[in-house]
Amino acid sequence: MKPAPFRYARPATAAEAVALLASSPGEAKLLAGGQSLVPLLNMRLARPSLLVDLNGARELERIDPAPDGGLRLGALVRHADLAAAPLVRERSPLLAEAARHVGHTAIRNRGTLGGSLAHADPAAELPAALLALDATLGLLGPRGMRRVAAAEFFRGLLVTALVEDELLAEVTVPAAPRGWGFMEIARRPGDFALAGVAASLDGRHHARVVGFGVADRPVRLRAAEVVVTAAPRDVATPARAGAAAAADCDPATDVHASAEYRRHLATVLTEDALRQAVGRLGS
Amino acid sequence: MTAGAPPAPAERLRVRLTVNGAAVEREVEARRSLADFLREDLALTGTHVGCEHGVCGACTVLIDGRSARSCLLLAVQLEGARVTTIEGLTPADGLSPLQEAFRACHAMQCGFCTPGMIVAGTELLAATPAPDEAGIREALAGNLCMCTGYVNIVRAVAQAAVRLAVPAP
Repeated sequence: MKPAPFRYARPATAAEAVALLASSPGEAKLLAGGQSLVPLLNMRLARPSLLVDLNGARELERIDPAPDGGLRLGALVRHADLAAAPLVRERSPLLAEAARHVGHTAIRNRGTLGGSLAHADPAAELPAALLALDATLGLLGPRGMRRVAAAEFFRGLLVTALVEDELLAEVTVPAAPRGWGFMEIARRPGDFALAGVAASLDGRHHARVVGFGVADRPVRLRAAEVVVTAAPRDVATPARAGAAAAADCDPATDVHASAEYRRHLATVLTEDALRQAVGRLGS
Repeated sequence: MTAGAPPAPAERLRVRLTVNGAAVEREVEARRSLADFLREDLALTGTHVGCEHGVCGACTVLIDGRSARSCLLLAVQLEGARVTTIEGLTPADGLSPLQEAFRACHAMQCGFCTPGMIVAGTELLAATPAPDEAGIREALAGNLCMCTGYVNIVRAVAQAAVRLAVPAP
């Protein structure tokens, strides 16, 4: 359970980190919070020859307001800070709530926003929250920054739009609508969710309902969204949307839960998340 | 690796940090975990190593006052950091209030998880002086006790919170 040897570099800027990646094509790995990568190193499932530690690049720690009322977040923001930052709680409470559900305290103290997104576990909270919030990810490479919508970023089980020489540098989150809900079911606090739902809606024509742990990536539950946008404030809408939610799920069976149970959870959690979201709309 | 070819000598890096209040400077291999650094290089064996992949919580320490799994950190990453281990949480003579409560409540059986539990409990009580039982259970959820002695561990943290709330006479 000890990593194979590697060289170690701690660049002071994101641009230097990208240059280091380019210096060892296919051989380098980026280290942020280390909560997913280091277990893989310890088990020797990952054996990079160069480890590029991003923790010296302080520019990636930003939590800034964006002019449109949203947020501009650096990839190195820790989950604990995302959950606690007043600016995030005020402008994007769904994102703060999702961050509170990531792992345990010790994991949230180290784990980073960029790390969670780049790892792309299908049961992770932050990818789902950012898909619900229609966030855009900034990918920094040798040719500069390219911006990719969250909907285009997650490609499958642990697969993203990042290419080998790129670094996920920042996330921009648009101003969030008033209605939001977040629900998940896990065996114990801190475990990966068996299933979860993040919902964002404005009470009129905009609704994004996203399931996680119910497919190989976070997925929009579009049939449920159609039900919500047709009658957002109807008291029967959350239950009807919940009943529609399973149509967009393609869950796996594993040791923790059957596919059928996860589909059932998607139904129940969609209903509950939408009740929360509608309750927050106000009159 | 090709058979017979000697491995290249591993690169060693200098790291300077503060451990339990004392300045420390060492040369380490890049792959040296903080947990192994504490135990092997500094002989601070109070930090226990269980799963070595961030699941069991036994190796939990404080980095600049915040809990972290020391098996998921590289020693070289701690340049300039302030690390506190179970040794640093233990007074020179006697026990801390939380340690005292663990003893009073029989909150340990084999003792393997205890250092991590004390570190996590210390962080909780620093941030939340009067936690309820659900809050205690959530704060300790990342620390496994394979003896399953959770009931008394939760009781000990609650008792320590009460004792800490009463000003010393």
